[in-house]
Amino acid sequence: MNFEFSDEQQQLHDTVDRYLTDQYTFEKFRGINASAAGWDKAVWAGLGELGVLALNVPAAQGGLGFGPLETLSVMGVCGKSLLLEPFLSSAVIATAVLRACADEKAAADLLAQMAAGDAIAVLAHYEPDSRFESQWVTSRARKSGDTYTLEGHKAVVMHAGAADTLLVSARISGEPGDAKGISLFRIPRDAKGLKLDSYPTLDGQRAADVYLKGVEAPAANRLGAEGGALPMIEAALDIGLAALCAEAVGTMQALVDATVTYVQSRQQFGVPIGRFQALQHRIADMLIHLEQARSMSYLAALRCMDTNVLERRRALSAAKAVVGQSARFVGQQAVQLHGGMGMTDELNVSHWFKRLTAAELMFGDSDTHLQRYAALTRE
Amino acid sequence: MRLEFTEEEQAFREEVRAFLQEKLPARIRDKVLSGYELSREDHVLWQRTLHERGWGGVSWPKEFGGPGWNSVQQYIFEEETAQAGAPRLIPFGTKMVAPVIMAFGNAAQQQRFLPPISSGAEWWCQGYSEPGAGSDLASLKTRAVLQGDHYIVNGQKTWNTLGQYADWIFCLVRTDTAAKQQSGISFLLIDMKSPGITVRPITLLDGGHEVNEIWFENVKVPVENRIGDENKGWTYAKFLLGHERANIAGIGGAKRELSRLKRIAASERKNGRPLIEDPLFAAHIAQVEIDLWALEITNLRVLSAERESKAPGPEASILKIRGTEIAQRISELLMRAVGPYALPFRREAMAAGWQWDPSREPPGPRYAATLAAAYMNQRKLSIFGGTNEIQKNIISKMIVGL
Repeated sequence: MNFEFSDEQQQLHDTVDRYLTDQYTFEKFRGINASAAGWDKAVWAGLGELGVLALNVPAAQGGLGFGPLETLSVMGVCGKSLLLEPFLSSAVIATAVLRACADEKAAADLLAQMAAGDAIAVLAHYEPDSRFESQWVTSRARKSGDTYTLEGHKAVVMHAGAADTLLVSARISGEPGDAKGISLFRIPRDAKGLKLDSYPTLDGQRAADVYLKGVEAPAANRLGAEGGALPMIEAALDIGLAALCAEAVGTMQALVDATVTYVQSRQQFGVPIGRFQALQHRIADMLIHLEQARSMSYLAALRCMDTNVLERRRALSAAKAVVGQSARFVGQQAVQLHGGMGMTDELNVSHWFKRLTAAELMFGDSDTHLQRYAALTRE
Repeated sequence: MRLEFTEEEQAFREEVRAFLQEKLPARIRDKVLSGYELSREDHVLWQRTLHERGWGGVSWPKEFGGPGWNSVQQYIFEEETAQAGAPRLIPFGTKMVAPVIMAFGNAAQQQRFLPPISSGAEWWCQGYSEPGAGSDLASLKTRAVLQGDHYIVNGQKTWNTLGQYADWIFCLVRTDTAAKQQSGISFLLIDMKSPGITVRPITLLDGGHEVNEIWFENVKVPVENRIGDENKGWTYAKFLLGHERANIAGIGGAKRELSRLKRIAASERKNGRPLIEDPLFAAHIAQVEIDLWALEITNLRVLSAERESKAPGPEASILKIRGTEIAQRISELLMRAVGPYALPFRREAMAAGWQWDPSREPPGPRYAATLAAAYMNQRKLSIFGGTNEIQKNIISKMIVGL
């Protein structure tokens, strides 16, 4: 039992932290947020030069072959810097999907391009009625000869607009809710019949609802086993969930730091407001939430690739419930303690608050995971 | 980073388990697992059993006759003993006064006082709080005046835990009334048999006799029973309060009570189904279980950082606050789990050595009989050892600094 980071993990964190602190200032974030695309290719290239885009890509595809703990080291910095670029979607989640079938040419080729920073891929899986139940897939794929034809609707696909490639799940057999019968396809974003309805999310990231109307995919672009893609997708979503927890902890730490600084300097009634016990205790509560969330982000990183799926999901649901509840508390109280300033768009506090609000909702909110944990624990 | 304990630590856990299997009397274990009070004899027997194994001073270094365990081993020991249903170690001797005697006492005091603490031959209690000095401990008024080779002590202590069983009491007393509050305090060891000491029970809300008021009227205390220097007692007191960290969160005890909660919720019925299947109650249990898991990892992080000798931060206060909140929450859910049968209140059901009388079986299930009293009793957790509000002051002082 130890909670020390390796020298390598620490260096990785420090390198990304230096880069983003220097290059990804709050002003820079605001500029990118206001732009049409909502992400910056130069920043993406910079991350590529640091090697972080290749972090989770196997060595055979030119990557670094690292795992969740290294990802955690980077995600905390992303959370602090409010990174808008599709690191989580592409370099963590889509990479995890492709890594699971890296012995297939369609996956290996794409991984190599992603490691080099030449391609961005995102997973398009959840649907309007699936909420956060990953087996609820109604999109259909029909095979005719050597070609699949896809029909369906994918909901709130993060960073779909930035991606060259979508990894789209569709049902080859069975009914919505069946774990079996789901296949996964590699689809170019500009494929005929694929339409994106793009929008910013509440925290300024970009996402899209994706409509598939007669989208054709050659059989060679099916990833993983026919009808058996769900375990691979769920494994990748769990790796993403762990990374999201780490990101949220980075954001929470930034908010606690900012709030401490604010109550030390803001004067009312002739004293810094940090003298008031009501505010002191609130900050203590924020710190307690932050540390519990940090503990659970470590648990999530350590367990997200556990081969025992039940144990893995139990740990991840516990982690997401705690991190989500903490994110809500820390975000809300940081705004409250900043008073009117916390309500403004010009201060980073409101943007951190919004990032935490989004994090709580993504991959299942706290209530979803609390229920899931209760069900897994009773069995 | 890894969660798993090392092979040596795992082997140590097995050693503790085997010891508990062999040496923990079933009679005592059943009392603990059922939430009944333990007698003085139960506690002393268990302390003697530990001592015979060389584990009498669980946190003590080898040079003072302890096992010399590191903080991880102490944590494992506490976790295993609590989960197995061993008595909670009475902390006043082994964990409170003993470390002070080791750090600041002289050789004669160490030889005189430490061995009977380890063996259970002498029971210690604490004389800190006073009617006018609770969280503001340094405002204490109990007075000690040096006359020749004795101090004459006058005053009143309160919230003294299990002093009715004690052979000795360690006290903070004022030896200089002119000095600034913290500077005029000394640390005395006082024989409870000394003439002039009166112990009066305070009955708590659960009907139990757990704490006392103690009066000192011209009590003579030999000067050799003062620890360290005169007027330096506050330093020693602060050392004592900051000393115990390995088990401050009470993870093992909380796990034991959580298991009990799940057993009871599985046995209770609601609409003909086990209560544990009720979605709302199941969510309550899941929440506290998840919170406990997060606290356990936080506790392990603190131990890991201690091993790396990182400077201490506000961790102890975080562990105290969350540990007590979780323990209180579990006790509350335990009471609520039995529904209306939390209401019939039979004080004797809690009592040490009380046997079920077939002619006076409780109206509900036996396990329900103690739950309301335990819930009420556990409200103390967020009050003693520095209230949770004081803990938040400490955290804020460390990170805000104002």
